[in-house]
Amino acid sequence: MTLDAGTSATGALSILNRFRLFRLGGMTVADYGFYVLCGTAIVLLATQAVLGPQTFFQVLDFGVADGAIYALVALGYTMVYGIIELINFAHGDIFTLSAMLGSALLGFFAVSSNSFTVTDLIALAVAFPVVMLFIGGVNVTIERIAYRPLRNAPRVAPLITAIGMSFIIEGIMYLWHGAVTVGFPDLLPHGPGYQTYIGGVFFTFKDVFVIIAAGILVTLLALFINRSKLGKAMRATAQDRDAAQLMGIDINRTISATFFIGAVLAGAGGIIYGLYFNNLDYHLGFRAGLIAFTAAVFGGIGNIPGAALGGLLIGLVQAFSDNYIGAKWTEVVIFGILIGVLVFRPTGLLGMRVPEK
Amino acid sequence: MSTARPAAPRPRSILARLHLRERIRDRDTAVYTVLLVVALVFPLASMYVSDGSTYAVSLAGHAGTYVLLAIGLNVVVGFAGLLDLGYAAFFAIGAYTYALFASQQLAASPAHHAYHLPFWLMMFIGLLVAAAFGAVLGFPTLRLRGDYLAIVTLGFGEIVPNIFYNLDQWTGGINAIGGIDQPTLPWWITGPWAGANDIAITPQFNFSFDPIAYYVLIFILVVAAVILVNNLYRSRLGRAWMAIREDEVAAAAMGINTVTTKLLAFGIGASFSGFAGAYYGASFGLVSPDDFLFIVSITVLVMIVLGGMGSIPGVIMGALLIYGILHYLLPSLPPLVESTASAIGLGHLNARNGDWPGLGNETQNVTLLLFGLILVTMMLLRPQGIFPSRVREQELKHAAGGEDEAAIEHANA
Repeated sequence: MTLDAGTSATGALSILNRFRLFRLGGMTVADYGFYVLCGTAIVLLATQAVLGPQTFFQVLDFGVADGAIYALVALGYTMVYGIIELINFAHGDIFTLSAMLGSALLGFFAVSSNSFTVTDLIALAVAFPVVMLFIGGVNVTIERIAYRPLRNAPRVAPLITAIGMSFIIEGIMYLWHGAVTVGFPDLLPHGPGYQTYIGGVFFTFKDVFVIIAAGILVTLLALFINRSKLGKAMRATAQDRDAAQLMGIDINRTISATFFIGAVLAGAGGIIYGLYFNNLDYHLGFRAGLIAFTAAVFGGIGNIPGAALGGLLIGLVQAFSDNYIGAKWTEVVIFGILIGVLVFRPTGLLGMRVPEK
Repeated sequence: MSTARPAAPRPRSILARLHLRERIRDRDTAVYTVLLVVALVFPLASMYVSDGSTYAVSLAGHAGTYVLLAIGLNVVVGFAGLLDLGYAAFFAIGAYTYALFASQQLAASPAHHAYHLPFWLMMFIGLLVAAAFGAVLGFPTLRLRGDYLAIVTLGFGEIVPNIFYNLDQWTGGINAIGGIDQPTLPWWITGPWAGANDIAITPQFNFSFDPIAYYVLIFILVVAAVILVNNLYRSRLGRAWMAIREDEVAAAAMGINTVTTKLLAFGIGASFSGFAGAYYGASFGLVSPDDFLFIVSITVLVMIVLGGMGSIPGVIMGALLIYGILHYLLPSLPPLVESTASAIGLGHLNARNGDWPGLGNETQNVTLLLFGLILVTMMLLRPQGIFPSRVREQELKHAAGGEDEAAIEHANA
């Protein structure tokens, strides 16, 4: 392999690079590969939609509801990664912890699961903000203790403390409930009055609730990031921390705020998860966290609409794979997609081509 | 005119000729020496202390697997600066390669023929297969930014155990592969340490889960690996890795082919893991997909980061330390706490009482939490690791002259 004298200074230009950067009609070969893969997937799914529309739309419904929850968790990953380039392994456990807190708090109200009463509504109205704020505080504390002192240490150091924090949170939940499955009050209106068949597809109130709640939260977050001063500070810090500091932005405060908001969303996600699935265990966040992180990468890590879209798509992929390929292959499919996306489009679906810092 | 002739130099003792004093001042040599002495004395000492029980020796043999893994991952993460979060995948590939071709497993599979290839051959085949997978995975992804590689390896690390789990007609899936062949040797030395009366040479030796034999094997493998990696580190390739770790663009400008160099680091790291996998399969006689989950990759990463990335004695110490905490300290805590409680008159806490599960059980429940606390505390106290690499240490000192405030604090600490 010889180095081309003219271009070697810009980086190693191997045969592979030449292949990747070879352009045809304005797109690279990698882009073509990406579109071909996406196209194949869409054609296969469309075939299913035509052959068995009932199953297809039913699976679509499950997928969107799952995806909405993944999106809420993925947002936290992507925000933290965007601002301090840390894969926050503890985030999935923050999500689980908030579901457990929500379960305990709603259990305290001793709410009835049979019919939706005013008490239930009050309980929900209290539980959401309390758990969200509390878990936000927990995440800010974790950042303060475990990540901030290591901000200038080797990059892997905060990764290890993140893993340690993940073990600590899981350990606390294990102490609390042990390895058993914890029930979550089935509060949302359910039963024959709150479900319907539209064209043979089964919809419940829960599906609608999950999707609308997640939609509202994501919209609020997008407004906050794009309109508020703190959101602007976050974007600036993510882009160039030193320059942001020179412009008078309090970096520590901004990073804390990022962790707070990420955890608030995960907290809401945790309660929504509990309300939707009604059971959880201490180890739930590990797997859910990895998948949500995949969603964040899928959409373009560091990109907020990307994470929401990625979460939704991963939820769909999971539902379709569970149904058409077999549940045991779902993880292989999801992580296979992760590798495929990174090979063909490292910046994700919506990510921008940023130069390496 | 006669001046007093300087006294003839006294003949130097053997000890002096070894430059012992200078060597001890070199931290790495000192650590190696201590490790070597401990490794040699350990089996005898532990058996003497525990009345001939070989439990500690077998534990040490398993710790050796992790030492090999840590040395291998250190090439990828410590030398070349590539973050690999799916290292257990290559470990799994090595272990399954050996398990499939050295057991009855394939007789029941669609292949309908069981293979029994010798361990000594399969060790190297496992190495080659793992390296090949490393190259296949690394080729399209190594040119990506550092963190993307971490994510790709994370995905790969999740996929591989899942595939072994799902292809149950080949790999037995959740039932695991058992009855894996034990290595054999044409001859072996027995002695008092193995329960025999005299030292003698026995022909046709079969390892058959003999902890001492496995200990000797892993000891030789680790020593060979350390020598190999030390030479790699000082070679042209090792310098290229360090150059890439520090500044990839500058390294490319200096004429280093970054893709090939990174691919070599990745492949060599994977091959250590494959090698360790074959040893693991033989020493346990059983491989299951659950032995190679994400947690294994994370454990090995923790070992090298806590030990000191890039420093070979450091990662060995880190591996032994973390293995000791996970497999010796934490499991032995509950009885220890119980006996302490009895000794200081709090024995009533040991009994189960209503919601209280008893002190021993409660200690067991708290181990995950404790491990997390240990990780965070150790990392906060020594972010550079226990024995950081000398080069890194120098860098941190030099950085103190610059504008980096944290580095000043770091150097003063």
